[in-house]
Amino acid sequence: MQKETRVVVVGGGLAGLSAVIRLCELGAHVTLVSVTKVKRSHSVCAQGGINVAVNLKGENDHPHIHTYDTIKGGDFLADQPPVLEMCHNGPHLIRMMDRMGVPFNRTSDGKIDFRRFGGTLYNRTAFAGASTGQQLLYALDEQVRRFEVQGKVVKLEHHEFLRAVMDENGTCRGAVFYDLFDMKIFSLRADSVVMATGGNGVIFKYSTNSTICTGAANGRLYRQGVKIGNPEFIQVHPTAIPGKDKLRLMSESARGEGGRIWVYGDSSKTMNAPDGRTIRCGETGKPWYFLEELYPAFGNLVPRDVASRAIISVVDAGLGIDGKKQVFLDLTRLDTHTHHKLEAILDIYEKFTGDNPRLVPMRIFPAVHYTMGGLWVDWPATGDPDRFTRFRHMTNVSGLFACGECDYQYHGANRLGANSLLSCIFSGFVTGNEVMWYTRASETGPLTDALFKNSEVKEEAFKQELLGRKGKENVHILHEELAGIMVSHGTVVRSNKGLSHAIEGVLEIRERFKHIELGDKGNHLNQTLQFANQFEYMIDIALTILQGALCRDEFRGAHYKPEFPKRDDERWLKKTIATYDPETRLPKITYEPVDVRHLKPVERDYTKATKITPELTNLPAKIPLVTELDYGRS
Amino acid sequence: MAEVKFTLKIWRGTPRHQYFEEFEIVLIHGMNIVSVLMEIQKNPVSKEGKRTTPVVWEMACLEEVCGSCSMLINGLPRQSCSTLIEPLLHETGKDVITLAPFSKFPLVRDLYVNRDRMFESLKRVSAWNPIDTTFSPEFGPTVSPKEQDSMYTESTCMTCGCCLEACPQFSSSRHFIGAAAISQVKLFNSQPIGSLLKGERLTALMDKGGISECGNAQNCVAVCPKHIPLTESIADIGGEASRHAFKLLFGLPN
Repeated sequence: MQKETRVVVVGGGLAGLSAVIRLCELGAHVTLVSVTKVKRSHSVCAQGGINVAVNLKGENDHPHIHTYDTIKGGDFLADQPPVLEMCHNGPHLIRMMDRMGVPFNRTSDGKIDFRRFGGTLYNRTAFAGASTGQQLLYALDEQVRRFEVQGKVVKLEHHEFLRAVMDENGTCRGAVFYDLFDMKIFSLRADSVVMATGGNGVIFKYSTNSTICTGAANGRLYRQGVKIGNPEFIQVHPTAIPGKDKLRLMSESARGEGGRIWVYGDSSKTMNAPDGRTIRCGETGKPWYFLEELYPAFGNLVPRDVASRAIISVVDAGLGIDGKKQVFLDLTRLDTHTHHKLEAILDIYEKFTGDNPRLVPMRIFPAVHYTMGGLWVDWPATGDPDRFTRFRHMTNVSGLFACGECDYQYHGANRLGANSLLSCIFSGFVTGNEVMWYTRASETGPLTDALFKNSEVKEEAFKQELLGRKGKENVHILHEELAGIMVSHGTVVRSNKGLSHAIEGVLEIRERFKHIELGDKGNHLNQTLQFANQFEYMIDIALTILQGALCRDEFRGAHYKPEFPKRDDERWLKKTIATYDPETRLPKITYEPVDVRHLKPVERDYTKATKITPELTNLPAKIPLVTELDYGRS
Repeated sequence: MAEVKFTLKIWRGTPRHQYFEEFEIVLIHGMNIVSVLMEIQKNPVSKEGKRTTPVVWEMACLEEVCGSCSMLINGLPRQSCSTLIEPLLHETGKDVITLAPFSKFPLVRDLYVNRDRMFESLKRVSAWNPIDTTFSPEFGPTVSPKEQDSMYTESTCMTCGCCLEACPQFSSSRHFIGAAAISQVKLFNSQPIGSLLKGERLTALMDKGGISECGNAQNCVAVCPKHIPLTESIADIGGEASRHAFKLLFGLPN
């Protein structure tokens, strides 16, 4: 009998749970580790929907058009073969989620309904009210619970990943964790480790992310030599509710359902439109729907980077509502039926601001939202000679895989709205398949206790060192300062001067961090120790973001540097790779070519558009489905 | 404008070592309970000026969709992220807000309790659709918009535990499964694929701690942050369970 494959999956959002389900289906035994109850993972915050080109609206939509929109939305920085396969798997995955019982909104005849989202002209977004991520997560969580009852999954919730354990050949053989209730350090052995730990919005503190999205796991692996891809690409969502503790997302679906963005016009002012025109800033005292005027074809549904830049330039021109950093998102004209579909988010707005958005326009402003970059993962393409000698979604460390927001795949320089839920589920399934092949193909030597003991000792030493630090600094105050630097210099508008200044600022924080004193020195659910340990690695990731941005002298997707106002394919059609240099403790930046085999880069224009079926080139003969038993092997 | 201050009085500590500690806070417009606890982390000094440990609590999304940050606020089970300070001070006319951990779940520390029992209950009632494989050449059966609407509402349950904390029949020493899991039975029994396990779920609810132990106090529905019609679910499932018991008794087909 074949030996049972034992896998550790770290993170229980959409990607982690998808990987677990696929692994269980294929007969593996999984230990699922999460800092929280997996049902409380950040996927719950995704509101608007999931993109799949099933063409139920008679628009001649097709996975090829979805592929085209995604590649163009990402400003041609995404490798194209994985995007193609994700879009082709979309219709299959939505049927799976339907069978799992996700309460998608329905048409009058009982079929799944679709709405329009940003960066496309098609109604391609399936949704469950305005909490689609929550509903998808619950459905996957339920299936994993079913496997748990069958004994195929063991959950370790309230545990945190600290480091991967690599053998003398550099192959990942397990990982070190601590129990957040008693802070005890231990390791787990595994044939493979799958990371699915999400994005890093909390580095910016004021973001739409959950407080658990620190990005620390990526930082820990980066320190161990794992490559980070495209770290400088951070998505700023155009519409969030300003707040003291976090910036709460106001879904793109609000605009997909007809919500309009405006400020009071001022005809004495002018702005440069993207098509070269100089336009007047509306009529004084009257609503100026600036996105509709700047981008006639896509209007309020331009991609997020485009909308965020427009809002910031309008506010910089002095047109913010009440002179503040806010613009109106107006849903007051929508009918009750539409308001009902958006109830979850309208309730959030009302609860946190006290204003009823059905009666008065919402006041919103852009906020850090999504991490396009992340752990570099491999993708041997279908039909390529090396397809079955390399493994999809494996990092540069053998046996260490990554999926979901913590990896760098699919979204290039900017993610399209409602593509994240698809990429998380798809990449989780891909990873499940590939892990099984990897463990069957790999020959690993015997393990020694010393290997794991040594790794545990390193973490125990760092824990004791943190507990023993003495000084005047408070880690939460340092976090606010780090966030201040990152938001000022690392978000919508960047400059080389600002980025250099920011790197100095972050290094100064790293220095001061040595002089923290923890307000809690105990071993019982010590959240201060937990955060201080994470902060060490958040600093590393912050430096990769800033350094990647400093090097990239062009304007691409979410990376906008007015000094270099154009996309520069000749010099910059390449992916940023950041590796940790233990000598300098700074990121070393190198580049890799982008796989553009299916679509030659074209101008990314959203001012005009017609529905065309794009011609994709070099397509594989057959695209495998991730739920097929052999995933394209036969 | 003059600075307005208020006091946060927190019932904190570890099992068998709980005590009140007070913190004085300067009111800022828009503050909620979580943002105040975050302020305390930056300078953990009590009202008497004593340096203390930062308060421990559970949080994640801060937009009332993850269910993490449940606690007793002025004695009521609520989500702390969506509880704004100003209306609370205004409603009570006092300048003190009291926080305490849920009392019906094992205390871990300060405001952090262990709600594992709720997740075990979801296993007991088979709260899932029993799909055969993930391979999906077809969509599931059609669902009317009306059916979808009630499924969606029931499916927004975030396992926060407010309904159980408020329930007089639920406690750490008793077996009653509580409203959250019963409502999930209603949800999955109404799903086309989920209904295939209808009998098993009803049988599970007829055991010790099952639906018959509901005392109909209706506290659950009053405190549910997602406005799930929990008492309707309990009534519906109660009726179904009785019919199911009758069928089992006489060996009738389901």
